[in-house]
Amino acid sequence: MEMTPELKHLRIESDADNIAWLHIDRAESATNVLTHEVLDELDRAFRELENQPPRGLVILSDKANGFVAGADIREFSRVADFDGALEIIHKGQSVFTRLAELPFPSVALIHGFCLGGGLEMSLACRYRVARDDPGTRLGLPEVRLGIHPGFGGSVRLSRLLGGLKAMELMLSGRSVDGRQAKRIGLVDATAPERHLRATGRALVLGSPSPSRPGRMAALSNHGLLRPALAGILRKQVAARASEKHYPAPYALIDVWKDNAGDPGRMMEAEARSVAKLVTGSTAQNLVRVFLLQERLKMLGRDTGFQPRCVHVVGAGVMGGDIAAWCAVQGMQVSLQDQSPERIAPAIKRAHALFKRRLKKPRLMQQAMDRLFPDHQGLGVSRADVVIESIFEDGDAKRELYRELEPRMKTDAVLATNTSSIPLEELAVSLSRPERLVGLHFFNPVAKMQLIEVVRGASSGEETVARAMSFARKIDRLPLPVTSTPGFLVNRILMPYLMEAVVLESEGVAPAAIDKAATDFGMPMGPIELADTVGLDICLHVAEILAGHFQTTVPDKLRRMVADGHLGRKSGQGFYRYKKGKPVRQGASTRTEGMEEISDRLVLRLLNESVACLREQVVEDADMLDAGMIFGTGFAPFRGGPMHYIHDSGEKSFREKLRRQQKAHGDRFAEDPGWGTATT
Amino acid sequence: MEQRQTDEGCGRPVFVVDGSRTPFLKVRGRPGPFKAADLAVYAGRSLLARQPFAAPQLDEVILGCVMPGPDEANIARIAALRLGCGDRVPAMTVQRNCASGLQALDTAARNIAYGHSDLVLSGGVEAMSHAPILLGTAMVNWMASWRSARSFGDRLKVLSALRPAYLTPVIALLRGLTDPVVGLSMGQTAEVLAHRFGITREMMDGFAMRSHQRLAAGHDNGHLAEIQPVYDSAGHYYDHDTGLRADTSMEQLSGLKPVFDKPYGNVTAGNSAQVTDGAAWLVLASEDAVNRYELPVMGRIVDTHWAGLDPAQMGLGPVYAMAPLLARNGLNTGDIDFWEINEAFAAQVLACLSAWQDDDFCQKQLDLESAFSPIDEARLNVDGGGISIGHPVGASGARIALHLLQVLQREKAGRGVASLCIGGGQGGAMLIERE
Repeated sequence: MEMTPELKHLRIESDADNIAWLHIDRAESATNVLTHEVLDELDRAFRELENQPPRGLVILSDKANGFVAGADIREFSRVADFDGALEIIHKGQSVFTRLAELPFPSVALIHGFCLGGGLEMSLACRYRVARDDPGTRLGLPEVRLGIHPGFGGSVRLSRLLGGLKAMELMLSGRSVDGRQAKRIGLVDATAPERHLRATGRALVLGSPSPSRPGRMAALSNHGLLRPALAGILRKQVAARASEKHYPAPYALIDVWKDNAGDPGRMMEAEARSVAKLVTGSTAQNLVRVFLLQERLKMLGRDTGFQPRCVHVVGAGVMGGDIAAWCAVQGMQVSLQDQSPERIAPAIKRAHALFKRRLKKPRLMQQAMDRLFPDHQGLGVSRADVVIESIFEDGDAKRELYRELEPRMKTDAVLATNTSSIPLEELAVSLSRPERLVGLHFFNPVAKMQLIEVVRGASSGEETVARAMSFARKIDRLPLPVTSTPGFLVNRILMPYLMEAVVLESEGVAPAAIDKAATDFGMPMGPIELADTVGLDICLHVAEILAGHFQTTVPDKLRRMVADGHLGRKSGQGFYRYKKGKPVRQGASTRTEGMEEISDRLVLRLLNESVACLREQVVEDADMLDAGMIFGTGFAPFRGGPMHYIHDSGEKSFREKLRRQQKAHGDRFAEDPGWGTATT
Repeated sequence: MEQRQTDEGCGRPVFVVDGSRTPFLKVRGRPGPFKAADLAVYAGRSLLARQPFAAPQLDEVILGCVMPGPDEANIARIAALRLGCGDRVPAMTVQRNCASGLQALDTAARNIAYGHSDLVLSGGVEAMSHAPILLGTAMVNWMASWRSARSFGDRLKVLSALRPAYLTPVIALLRGLTDPVVGLSMGQTAEVLAHRFGITREMMDGFAMRSHQRLAAGHDNGHLAEIQPVYDSAGHYYDHDTGLRADTSMEQLSGLKPVFDKPYGNVTAGNSAQVTDGAAWLVLASEDAVNRYELPVMGRIVDTHWAGLDPAQMGLGPVYAMAPLLARNGLNTGDIDFWEINEAFAAQVLACLSAWQDDDFCQKQLDLESAFSPIDEARLNVDGGGISIGHPVGASGARIALHLLQVLQREKAGRGVASLCIGGGQGGAMLIERE
């Protein structure tokens, strides 16, 4: 029986037991998102149910991919000011408060994504049931966008789980599956799809007392304990992100610490805190990063290319890890190298990855079965994508392509993971050069989201589109770049790394250099990064780039490589390594001159970014920002190098460049792109 | 002897088009790195990868296995699914003890001959190192009492009835290698044959040493191309049979103590098949399938014979199976270019060779007019056998058939026989031909 035919995004049915089933099915979208329209309709629906109370309410989603994925991020990014933000938040809060105060039992039946505002809505229900499968994910990831839950989520979650557990979940932004959710008390029950509705119905009809935190967990909300606990939480958060750059987690802790004794007050504090955060630059930039990510995802959208089999040649660190990653992502993978001996270590690393990511023995076994150690190269003829990841030698690669091409399927993509050889030079050995494209992965493969999709002059449009689609199919972000030396990421990163080496040889302590960079917001300092990548590899790339762009490579780097100091892998680089961890000396407490260090590092990075944009290595400034954020972790709260230039005003950077050029020479010479590239 | 119809006579020809196996991995006292299904996957993955057809195009999968793990019921189906054959390819596991792998080939061949299948993946597997260790019946009964005891008093009573002896485990592998009807261990049946045919310790050790020497030469000369490497999760790989002792000597072998009939027996660990883990697969095809996928033909499975005999002398099984097989096909010793007789025990193979040329035995036991002419040992197990390679019971039948095909191909020979003795008192033999 249809009660409210005029609703666009919702459908309410009533069954024989007089239970109302509220289906959320946002029109013209595959995903349920809490747009203001959807919130309005929910408000109306709850009012009607208030007037004609059913025996109970069950909320469920008609979308295949999940319950509700959250609030509408695009709406948030358009908020003009504090008052505007507060208005939106108050509205959401009042809708969910209406839900929470309905005078009959309410149940959220959760499958797939139940994130952010979606989880906040389910928290306003009396009961929650999660579908028992790995695809069901519940979480409050707001901190990753520079805000925190704002629709009453922080209030209700702290009451449900106790302050500590609730804070842990919100501060980390992590998501949990149904079973984990049951374990921590986030849901009342889990059920497989076949019993999901029966479980919801039973909760309405049985109406058990709602879930409460255990005594110890509840105690963590006590007013006398909160200040001390908040101190501990702040310390934990500080280890991951500074308050200056990422204010949201700190604000959330304060909201809880100051108000958890009074739900009404906490609700208002939550609203005001989010309104303030959402209009701040961090949140705006993090939302921008999110939208950039969506743009990269769209580049790899489905084109009908359905790759299932991947053949990787070269079982070194990169090739082996690429193969393992593809297997994790469900591809049938064959991994070729010259002998079983060379493949065996890659299988070991793959197994470790499977264990870390898949955990369950059955899933690990399935992944192992998908990864075929193939020293004879039998997988080539079945592969939809062949990835070459052998050592950086043009002749060897060309020779390999000559062997591979006749055995490949006619429509298979041939991709090289070269980081330095122009594709045009490699494509000459192919009878169909248009099928060669670059898929430049970053190390460690399982962690770095970006793949540079390198388009050579000879690469076919279709091949590039397929390569980008493939990148999405293995859950990576494709960034199209031209086949110029270093492509985008390494090219921009290298001057920054080299400046760090120069600073070090001028006598600045490595720890101070790294601190200057991490204070700026980089995830890892340049010295430690160079050590981690391997100084031999840095030198190799630096020399190739130096050859093309007439720059110099610091002698210090050459000397260290010649002496066998290769970084983390040899136990000695700029740092000495003890059990894989750098031993830092040289007072990272130093403050004077830190800005100068940071300037020199960042200026070179920005100057090279401008050069890349001028040469159109990527399509536009947003693509450049996306590449640097997802490929190097460039301070996300600054929104990317070009956005940072734009935000801070390029005039100041150009002045600084001129000053540095005077002091340190032409490596700081302004790129001709300044002034045009950035506007 | 009457001429019976052969498979060929009553059905379509059966071709072997390809095959491969894992290295056989010696059991070293604890579960090895691979379970039986893992081995089957490793042996089959590269084999299927090099075929012009895709795995789901197989009509069925048949795998021999004596003792799959507790989570490997119908291991053939597990292997088929893990090898990517898809939901629609049916699979069954067959068990005829030591000849389970040969039984799998025979069953597959019959289905092809009768026109029920065109393309079959068939082989054998055994992970003897993973054979389960079980609780005794007394312990199981005690546990049932514990579960039904409700009150504290009852539980105390049940607890007091627990005896240390209940905890003695049942080693399934040892039980499996003991004849349940006559009560002799397999090694003891070899002692019985040694006694009957006058086979000395020196003869056994000499045979064992030659097995190792032949396998070593086979590896060195690249005659074991059917082996595909296997990789464990700890970064190791295995690409040759690990039981091989290329440097073994008569001194070393003669120093070993008897393991089955102590202290005066002659069957030692050195002159017996090694306990190992391994898997082997062959692809069998009808003429239609050969033509459709343009498959290369290694050879043809012509006929198979199964025979029964006194379980206490099970080692003579090959003689009982090979004699009717040759007779039915109108063949004599000289018509067979190469032989593979599984080396369960040196004494047992040597006993078979003796019986084969023994008029009295052939007349009384096989109803023949006279004995066969002797089998030339230079044409028997030319690249080693169970003593050097190992005998993962369910896998060996498939291994010897596959290797026989390799030998025929290499030597450009026409005809071979693969045969095994079977615990419980049986023998199986398969006749293979090459054009």
